[in-house]
Amino acid sequence: MALIPRRPRPPALLRPPVDLVQPLGRRFDWRGPRAPLRLIGLLAVVGVFVLPFLNASTYLMQILTSAYIYVMLAMGLNVVVGYAGLLDLGYIAFFAVGAYTSGIATTRLGLSQVQAIPLVIVVCVLAGIVIGGPTLRLRSDYLAIVTLGFGEIIRVTANNLSVTGGPAGIYAIPGWQFFGWRLRDGFSLGGLRFNGQVTFYYFVALIVTVLGVLGISQIARGRLGRAWKAVRDDEDAAEAMGINTYLAKITAYIIGAVWAGLAGQLMATQQSAISPPSFQFLHSALILMAVVLGGMGSTPGVIVGALFISLAPEFLRGVADWRYLIFGLLLILVMIFRPAGLWPASAVLPWSRDRRRAAETAPPPPPESPSSPAAAADRGPTADGPTSAPASPEREVRP
Amino acid sequence: MSRPSAAPTGEPAPVLLEVSDLKLQFGGLMAVDGLNLRIHQGEIVSVIGPNGAGKTSAFNCVTGFYRPTAGSIHFRGQPVTGRRPSAITRLGMARTFQNLRLFSDMSILDNVKTGLHTDLRQSWFDAFLHTPRFRRSETLCAQMARAWLDFVGFKGDPEAYVSALPYGEQRRVEIARALATSPALLLLDEPAAGLNHSEKRQLIELIRRIQALGVSIGLIEHDMGLVMDISERIVVLNYGKEIADGPPAAIRADPLVIEAYLGAAESEPAVEPEEAS
Amino acid sequence: MIQVIVNGLSVGAFYALVALGYSMVYGIIKLLNFAHGDIYMLGAYVGFVVLGALTSWLSLPTALGLVLVTLVTMALTGGAGVLLERVAYRPIRHAPRLSLLITAVGLSFALEYGVRQIFGPQPSHFPVQIDAGSVHLFGATITIARIVVILVAAGLMVVLALFVAKTRQGRAMRAIALDAKAARLMGIDVDRTISLVFFIGSALAGAAGVLAGAVYGTIDFLMGFIIGIKAFTAAVIGGIGNLYGAMLGGVALGLLESFGVAWLGGQWRDVFSFLCLILFLTFRPTGILGGRVQERM
Repeated sequence: MALIPRRPRPPALLRPPVDLVQPLGRRFDWRGPRAPLRLIGLLAVVGVFVLPFLNASTYLMQILTSAYIYVMLAMGLNVVVGYAGLLDLGYIAFFAVGAYTSGIATTRLGLSQVQAIPLVIVVCVLAGIVIGGPTLRLRSDYLAIVTLGFGEIIRVTANNLSVTGGPAGIYAIPGWQFFGWRLRDGFSLGGLRFNGQVTFYYFVALIVTVLGVLGISQIARGRLGRAWKAVRDDEDAAEAMGINTYLAKITAYIIGAVWAGLAGQLMATQQSAISPPSFQFLHSALILMAVVLGGMGSTPGVIVGALFISLAPEFLRGVADWRYLIFGLLLILVMIFRPAGLWPASAVLPWSRDRRRAAETAPPPPPESPSSPAAAADRGPTADGPTSAPASPEREVRP
Repeated sequence: MSRPSAAPTGEPAPVLLEVSDLKLQFGGLMAVDGLNLRIHQGEIVSVIGPNGAGKTSAFNCVTGFYRPTAGSIHFRGQPVTGRRPSAITRLGMARTFQNLRLFSDMSILDNVKTGLHTDLRQSWFDAFLHTPRFRRSETLCAQMARAWLDFVGFKGDPEAYVSALPYGEQRRVEIARALATSPALLLLDEPAAGLNHSEKRQLIELIRRIQALGVSIGLIEHDMGLVMDISERIVVLNYGKEIADGPPAAIRADPLVIEAYLGAAESEPAVEPEEAS
Repeated sequence: MIQVIVNGLSVGAFYALVALGYSMVYGIIKLLNFAHGDIYMLGAYVGFVVLGALTSWLSLPTALGLVLVTLVTMALTGGAGVLLERVAYRPIRHAPRLSLLITAVGLSFALEYGVRQIFGPQPSHFPVQIDAGSVHLFGATITIARIVVILVAAGLMVVLALFVAKTRQGRAMRAIALDAKAARLMGIDVDRTISLVFFIGSALAGAAGVLAGAVYGTIDFLMGFIIGIKAFTAAVIGGIGNLYGAMLGGVALGLLESFGVAWLGGQWRDVFSFLCLILFLTFRPTGILGGRVQERM
């Protein structure tokens, strides 16, 4: 009885007995069911880019810049909590790591902010490995409490070391400089006068955040994103699919850490000063609320949640003191009555639901080729093409 | 590319899975007690036995979910004892679960796509930048997933969520997902449980078609009709020990097997400590 | 040396009392009840209010008053624990674990900021303090307050251990912790037993809260946060889900911390104990008393 020779993979990729063609998918699909959502997203991005040309008051620019930093943070936490299903209660620690790294690198080591970016990323990756490495092997609820402890460790450490400036923190952090070009004194464009510093930070934060949001939502749609969701839904079954769940989790954790670190650098440059009280548990909890209230794993939900949480003090002035109590209660209510959040990942916009229904009532196509390769190729790159219902009599009875 | 099935004559097909003297202990309970099992290439082997006989525990050891107390497992000539389940899957062993474990918050298509995880040549950075390689690999992935769904006879909306599916359809999706991992050996844990008569007939036909792709099949099943119908060899377990091994006709006549089943029928425990995981 | 040990023991007594609730709840429904530290805080405030009411109505000797207040507070926080389980956890007991954890965070937040809305962000001063001087022993100065804390905690733990070991309800708790489904089949009222566990755990945390108020003198709405993590650390060190483990872990953490402070200085206290937590989780996640078990699927 000869044993099969040692090989890393099965002899050949087992393929379903049909011909597969490999066209290059379309870059963007403007007809699928997600198209309206994409359109809304595009309009929103254009809107926030144009906004400073309409109203560039310091107040508006500052609260919006802070809101974008929140969106960045919430997108990063969304990877950890929403996609990978890991509860991180000390997420603000990575924000602190990013902010302090940028602060120390620029004020003590004499680097510029741009040069500090790779350093921030490297330090955050290391922090993610150090804290996630040992704990991600354990049950996920241990992770929650360890991260809670980690958040405190970072804050207390920053408070006690001299390199971090102790309780006073780091101040006079230099701003952004691109190839010697910096906007200190403001500028005029189209007859409008901009307060340079503030508006400039607005654009930097906006661009980084837009890239951050797009990047995460793309990653989430690919191989790694599916692995994360599989781990979240059923870790054992994910392992059975050949997904190394430990690697998937630690990747999620590291990406979350890097996103928070970059947000921390944005914050450090915007405020030009950082100190330990900005990194309390309260902030970790607020970002978690943004993700959970908006909808875990849902990009639009998380953005809306982050904007709501960060702008709430502005439009809830009368009840500002009550807001944390309200947030806490909201969190419980959402978990009990709407666990997927206010804008769930599975949400279908009303008009695309109509399309779906129309497709169902349409006469079924000939049953010979329910899903021929050609038809499959037509369905677009991410396979979320227009509902693509193969002909089946069962579809009539199912809701 | 179909691999030869175990020919009745001539030299036997190579051994795919070799389990020797496998033992698994839960506290004081010996769930698997010295199991020897061998699955050849292209073969359909059933593992049967009364409730609590250690069938699922043995499967869980083989697929790496439990760390066996003693014994060794070789798959395609490599020792796999104590390796991560994902590493074993990557070697070409796929499984389904006794109590359906689909990813409930993902679409049916995405469920099958996760099975293609190890075969996709894209990094997260490709996804981040939306490179042509990413788009090509995603297109292929979607096509393969749809083709596997077609292969198992799934006729429904692949974009729907799993929870909306009837039980029988969920079983199909789970098999499609396992096939997507491109296995040399597919382990099915009670695939016929909860299926009606016509669904069982379709399952038999599906298992034969999977075999025709060149995939060996290990089957845990309670439905004797189905087992006798498709198995080329049957292994009978009782109290974690193997009590018989042979072709269906021999098993049907084996006095030890008859006794195990009749004996178990009289004193079957109300709670199944091992199977009800 | 003796000083360090006694300090460690008295702090450890607090940790153990709170850790017990953590560990019992975890043992029975596998939930990390983040709000548990805030029950401790709630206990301190309930004690504060009850004590205020008592001293204005009748004048009791301080010691007797404190005992009475502790008992009333235990009953009230126990009730609060049961209510929280009923309202927030029970509806989603079978939901994914993440939902439960997030609910616990929400609950913790709501408790903290609810108390803040009522009593304000400033620390409140506890009207009564255990201030009976101190004794000198082997060259160490030991306040009576510390001794009271250690004795009360030890007493409560003995009562609890007897309750769990000897009574019918205690047996039911252990049965559910082992296998909830089988316990239900055996006719145990699982919901009632879970309520009971929440009652006992919360009552113990409440007692710790009152003691903390009486010993340290000031209470504030965030006082439960750090002790919540510390108590969890204690539970992990001892072996989570294990009653004696929580007691042992509390004392062990108290001592570790006490030595850590003597070695590194007070500002590193929290960092030191969280590092202990991470080390324990890395090298011995089942704790001192936990055995190694094959996790079933």
